[in-house]
Amino acid sequence: MPITETHELHKRRFGRNLGVALCLVGFMAIVFGLTVAKIRQGASMEAFDHQPRVSITPPVEGNQ
Amino acid sequence: MSDATANTVAAQTGEAQFGDYVALLKPRVMSLVVFTGLVGLLVAPGSVPPMIGFAAILFLAIGAGASGALNMWYDADIDRVMKRTAGRPIPSGKVAPGEALGLGIALSVMSVAMLGLATNWVAAGILAFTIFFYAVIYTMWLKRSTPQNIVIGGAAGAFPPMIGWAVVTGGVSIESLLMFGLIFMWTPPHFWALALFMKSDYHKANVPMLTVTHGRAETRRQIFFYTLPLVPVALGVAFTSIGGPVYLATALVLNVLFLKGAWTIWKRPESVAEADEYAVEKRFFRFTLYYLFLHFVALLVEAALRASGLGIW
Repeated sequence: MPITETHELHKRRFGRNLGVALCLVGFMAIVFGLTVAKIRQGASMEAFDHQPRVSITPPVEGNQ
Repeated sequence: MSDATANTVAAQTGEAQFGDYVALLKPRVMSLVVFTGLVGLLVAPGSVPPMIGFAAILFLAIGAGASGALNMWYDADIDRVMKRTAGRPIPSGKVAPGEALGLGIALSVMSVAMLGLATNWVAAGILAFTIFFYAVIYTMWLKRSTPQNIVIGGAAGAFPPMIGWAVVTGGVSIESLLMFGLIFMWTPPHFWALALFMKSDYHKANVPMLTVTHGRAETRRQIFFYTLPLVPVALGVAFTSIGGPVYLATALVLNVLFLKGAWTIWKRPESVAEADEYAVEKRFFRFTLYYLFLHFVALLVEAALRASGLGIW
């Protein structure tokens, strides 16, 4: 059910809630920016994904 | 219930504004951490993408802020007594102690984890140790038990350039250790000069600052004697890969002035200082801030000269 009535508490805490919201948005932007930077740097884009992946499995001697 | 009563009740129950939580992170201390950490990062050999450098300094600042929040949580009782700190968020009743503890722990974990993921685990490890050192070794143990509190505790403020350096190089070297040493050796004379003119506060709070345990004359003497090992460390940086003639010239001038100021303070009788309201001590304290700032600016200048092919050694 949507909150239709604005309580005095909502007004009192508006600044604080806005600050937290901006911090979260900022954090998302930083994680996104870091991801882009790491990929551009050529960091590994493949990792363990719950099943064997040949491309990231270390080569076994004698099999090559 | 009147508005005034409502506000008091709100304050006592931790009805804080966003700015009060920011104040818990000691933004002024953070600015020093950001500056020295950034210099460590910029003078290091090699480079990191700007986004990673920005994130590293941000998480370094948040980590430092988190240790500040933990410090304010633990020290709320003495902050309440001292005039300089009575307006802080916890003693003034704006933030509940538990909130400060929670914020401090959450931001500590987040900043170390994010620094590790964004850069490397050597930098993150040094940041974790810095937070532990400031919050546990300094705040909980040394500060209330020994007049050497700021001598050893000063290490916490000295780690940021090492972290900046480790962000780029992934390790520790003589250059980063000397930058650490510069801040570490600078801290005692800097804080004891402050303690000389903030006289009644530490007495009232029973914090065993040197002025309280050994007297003011001894503190003046110690300021000078702790300046002596600072000078070779500051000059020594000039002869490493991050130094150069600009840094050497800057360091020479600043260290002569520092020694002169420390000597003047040592030889000054307390009665004269009281008569002029500690004018010399206050001037020396301000100078110590410029001293550190200008050493790191000189390192930046040397890095810029090297980058443009004008580096001499």
